[in-house]
Amino acid sequence: MEVVEGSYAVAHAVKCCRPHVISAYPITPQTHIVENLAQFVADGELECEFVPVDSEHSAMSVALGASAVGARAYSASTSQGLALMWEVLYNVSGMRLPVVMTAVNRALSAPLSIWNDQQDTVGARDSGWIQIYVEDIQEAHDALIQAYRIAESREVMLPAMICMDGFILTHTYEPVVLAEQEETDDFLPPYDPEYYLTVERPLSFGCFAEPDKFMEFRYMQHEAMERARFKIKEVADEFERAFGRYYGDLIQGYNLDGAQIVLVTFGSIIGTMKEIVKHEKDVGILKIRSYRPFPVKEVREALKDARVVAVVEKDFSAGFEGALFSDVKAALYNHVSDLKLLGFVLGLGGRDIPPEDISKIIERSRVVMDQGLKEEWEFIGLRGEIL
Amino acid sequence: MKELRIHGRGGQGSVTAAEILAVAAFRDGKFSQAFPAFGAERRGAPVMAFLRIGDEPIKIRSQVYEPDYVMVQDATLIGIVDFMKGLKEDGILIINTPKSPDELGLDGNFRVRTINATVIAKEIIGRPIVNTTMMGAFAAVTGEVSLNSVIDVVKERFSGEVGEKNARAIRRAYDLMAKGESS
Amino acid sequence: MKLRIGAIADPGTSIVNRTGGWRSEKPLIDHSLCIRCFNCILYCPDSAVKYSEKEGIYFDYDFCKGCGICANECSGRAIYMVMEEK
Repeated sequence: MEVVEGSYAVAHAVKCCRPHVISAYPITPQTHIVENLAQFVADGELECEFVPVDSEHSAMSVALGASAVGARAYSASTSQGLALMWEVLYNVSGMRLPVVMTAVNRALSAPLSIWNDQQDTVGARDSGWIQIYVEDIQEAHDALIQAYRIAESREVMLPAMICMDGFILTHTYEPVVLAEQEETDDFLPPYDPEYYLTVERPLSFGCFAEPDKFMEFRYMQHEAMERARFKIKEVADEFERAFGRYYGDLIQGYNLDGAQIVLVTFGSIIGTMKEIVKHEKDVGILKIRSYRPFPVKEVREALKDARVVAVVEKDFSAGFEGALFSDVKAALYNHVSDLKLLGFVLGLGGRDIPPEDISKIIERSRVVMDQGLKEEWEFIGLRGEIL
Repeated sequence: MKELRIHGRGGQGSVTAAEILAVAAFRDGKFSQAFPAFGAERRGAPVMAFLRIGDEPIKIRSQVYEPDYVMVQDATLIGIVDFMKGLKEDGILIINTPKSPDELGLDGNFRVRTINATVIAKEIIGRPIVNTTMMGAFAAVTGEVSLNSVIDVVKERFSGEVGEKNARAIRRAYDLMAKGESS
Repeated sequence: MKLRIGAIADPGTSIVNRTGGWRSEKPLIDHSLCIRCFNCILYCPDSAVKYSEKEGIYFDYDFCKGCGICANECSGRAIYMVMEEK
């Protein structure tokens, strides 16, 4: 173990995966990841084509082209940069190219904010990418290595985003076990695609699909996502055998046995929650690790004995509620009764989440347990005095 | 678990100080976590950095609201930043100033230690960059990190003559503060 | 044919797809007026205008859609369009 910055740990994991092509455009708070990778390439530590580009749209387009010729491709972005990649995200998933990216979580403008929330990647939820949200720096590092195994497997062939909270994880220094090159090579075989572009065998990727075929291509993406459920589990198990570390498969539970109140969330907030929950006997945490594919059955099973479920997230859909809250409710409907669900939105635009905010959510849940449901969802940590 | 909040100005190495202390504490066999109060970096603007040191892996990711220790790198922040906010009773404030604790006249149930780090840094390093000197003071006053680990990490970070000079400044501050003097 | 993932298709499908059937007018050439400028070959969007030493300029009617660009660009006014008879 050594104490390193989160961004360095991610760059190190990328290096161990031996990507052939990296293309990224620097943007706070993703910048340190790309700077570290550029340094590795400049120092000759990583043999790789590092392609500087004029925008994030170009960055993802380069990754797309590289992946189509059979190269292992990597990119990283955040917020406005991810938004600018939007149409290419759909092209990459539609062409079934297993590009892996680190999506650093940051608020979207306006108002201009460089700070963390999860609106950006939650917005990319439906782009056909696998989305894995990580809890700490070690998981951001490890999930990257897992992601190539999942994405590149023949039965999946989908791109994957590792979503990590900007600043809170990218700019923090803490002890991390950095992967060895040799053990990563043993775990992650070279990319071996069935179809790739070569002059010997010309192909067209992402062809024109008329209405008589388009639905079938989408259905095939859906089937691949269904198979990804099993692959994510399998790879998590194999990773544990190889590296001795495990973060759950699609989900991970803490203190769920006998928990009457369960906090459901994703990302780095889980660390702070764990500190609070260890003093609360009847409160558990359900971490959503894979947001897409969504762990429908696992969520039902994990929450079946709870009385109140509080979904906590750093995003929301204006005019409705938090996206994770909607998804969790939808997964439970028709399957779990006598369960009250509450949604909480907090930490938008980098608002710090002090332990008291988590305690407040637990208090609110207790009130619902005793007195029934009144407000279904609310903002936590709003400054009423300036409104 | 112990928590430190560092106050300084952009460009004074507050974030680097937190980071180096985290590496040093880990080398002493403890778990640690360091991070800045994330902002758009501007030279001269008030900044904060945080450090946690503990015997168990550190999970919490909030900012530090009730620090055991506060370190102030720049006395010009007095009156501008409420650096005593949340400082625990029996906590320690370490501040870079030519004044004595009594002269500062800060009210609160915490200890105040002062060190004239700017003079030490100018004399030994040749530049008024005080973060390494303040690390030496922190090690002496709190005992949360060992002097040797801090010096080792600083020398690895800044090689050659620069590293040696910084190491001397750290040691000078450590010796002064360990003797209980305010410099 | 079963679909491949990623809408990945073999190239060369336009050779199979004979678009000549879309034509309502077709080009003809008066060889006595042709000055061999080859504008017709350069401008044809379907590469359906051909040339050989023996035959001079000729048309590949399997792929000519009858757009008339060759006639329009013809320097010697040798190419002209006539109604297709089907």
